[in-house]
Amino acid sequence: MAFCCNKTCPANSHLLASDFWRPFKIPKFQYVKKGRFDVSQRASKALAFFGLTTPPYKLDALEPYLSRKMLEMHWGAHHRDYVEGLNEQLKNNDPLYGYTLDELVKVTYNNGNPLPEFNNAIQVWNHDFFWESMQPSGSNMPGEGLLQQIEKDFGSFTNFREKFVDAALTLFGSGWVWLVLKNKEKRLAVVKTSNGINPLLWGDFPIINLDMWEHAYYLDYKDDKGKYVNTFMNNLVSWDAATARMARAEAFVNLGEPKIPVA
Amino acid sequence: MAFRSIICRKTLASVSGFQKEARNIGLGFRHARELQTFTLPDLAYDYGALEPFVSAEIMKLHHQKHHQTYITNYNKSLEQLEEAMAKGDSSTVVKLQSAIKFNGGGHINHSIFWKNLAPANEGGGEPPKGALGWAIDEDFGSLEFLVKKMNAEGAALQGSGWVWLGLDKESKKLVVKTTPNQDPLVTQGPSLVPLLGIDVWEHAYYLQYKNVRPDYLNSIWNVMNWKYADQVFVHEKESC
Repeated sequence: MAFCCNKTCPANSHLLASDFWRPFKIPKFQYVKKGRFDVSQRASKALAFFGLTTPPYKLDALEPYLSRKMLEMHWGAHHRDYVEGLNEQLKNNDPLYGYTLDELVKVTYNNGNPLPEFNNAIQVWNHDFFWESMQPSGSNMPGEGLLQQIEKDFGSFTNFREKFVDAALTLFGSGWVWLVLKNKEKRLAVVKTSNGINPLLWGDFPIINLDMWEHAYYLDYKDDKGKYVNTFMNNLVSWDAATARMARAEAFVNLGEPKIPVA
Repeated sequence: MAFRSIICRKTLASVSGFQKEARNIGLGFRHARELQTFTLPDLAYDYGALEPFVSAEIMKLHHQKHHQTYITNYNKSLEQLEEAMAKGDSSTVVKLQSAIKFNGGGHINHSIFWKNLAPANEGGGEPPKGALGWAIDEDFGSLEFLVKKMNAEGAALQGSGWVWLGLDKESKKLVVKTTPNQDPLVTQGPSLVPLLGIDVWEHAYYLQYKNVRPDYLNSIWNVMNWKYADQVFVHEKESC
């Protein structure tokens, strides 16, 4: 379920208008006949499964910052393993049939007592979000509206950037760093989480994320986390995607009266 | 119970011996008015000596970069802790605990890890004989089963952490445990002593095994230094 407006397709062909929407993943289901061919149709088993989404750019498009080789591993092996692992688990788990991915992560999180499917589900979500948080030759400054909000909530863009980099470098173990719109506090914040935890789980709205698991940078940067994070901030962040996500999040979080310019 | 405490008293004499040994594996004790900081312990073998099971590239990075970083940050945290303690700054003292646990744990765990490994031509991979061998058969049925269990738990560990073969000094039984991030084994139980630890952080295997952690786990047994584990086992079993 993706919208593709040909009229508004930007000049960059590797960005699709569909990428500006966070599509709900409706699981494709198929009916599988069980039993022998010569007996009448028994009750068929419905399966839900999720597909491996492709990044909105070719795997070499993020060179020289993230190599094709590393993306082939990260997307082709790690992300794919999470998807296939999840589908394996869902095969045997009828009560979880029919959820969209957004719903599935919340259900399997089970309010902090996660079900076995959670690890795979959340990492599928996180990686889908991550590929779309980056773009080739990412602009290093957000557009006006988002920039205003960042300046309001962090003081300055530099301050935000510092906080983000600091969170990434002080994360212990595997995890993610997020720019998130907080639902209750009604403001942007930088949040770091362990393993696969995602601010979506407690009702906040992720705007950008950065994978700080070692597999996300090790092949290209070895142990130099600082270089990886700074490269991400300077060259890879998709502020276009962030703006679109912000627009959607503002439908749920009232950030106050808009600044209506007086003519 | 009284019998046990008599035996325990005997071990006080061996505490200073333990201190000396502890210092040899990179641990230290705080002396009054002098903050003991830590340095990177040397490996007992070349970086390339564990090939083809663990590559030289990994060993070098793991030792010179990762372990060194833990030590550097551990020392920094300890200095900050000493300052905060002197000033009576409780909130800083408490705030530093997670950095101390992480970096100090990283130092402890890796110091043990280097001792857990040995080149194949120096006994690495040779199955345990003697007391530890018998204890493994008793507590796990067989060495194969223990290896299978540790591999399974190591592969299933989410994110970063360690898988351990430990001795529970209270129950005198061997146990397999996992710890997240750089938590030392003792966080799983105060009476647990690590005999063998396998680092399953991605940095420990990624350059060679990529995302196939099970292959790394299968391989590393070929360079496992059971002699060291046996030494620790015998020593700990005799003390309380």
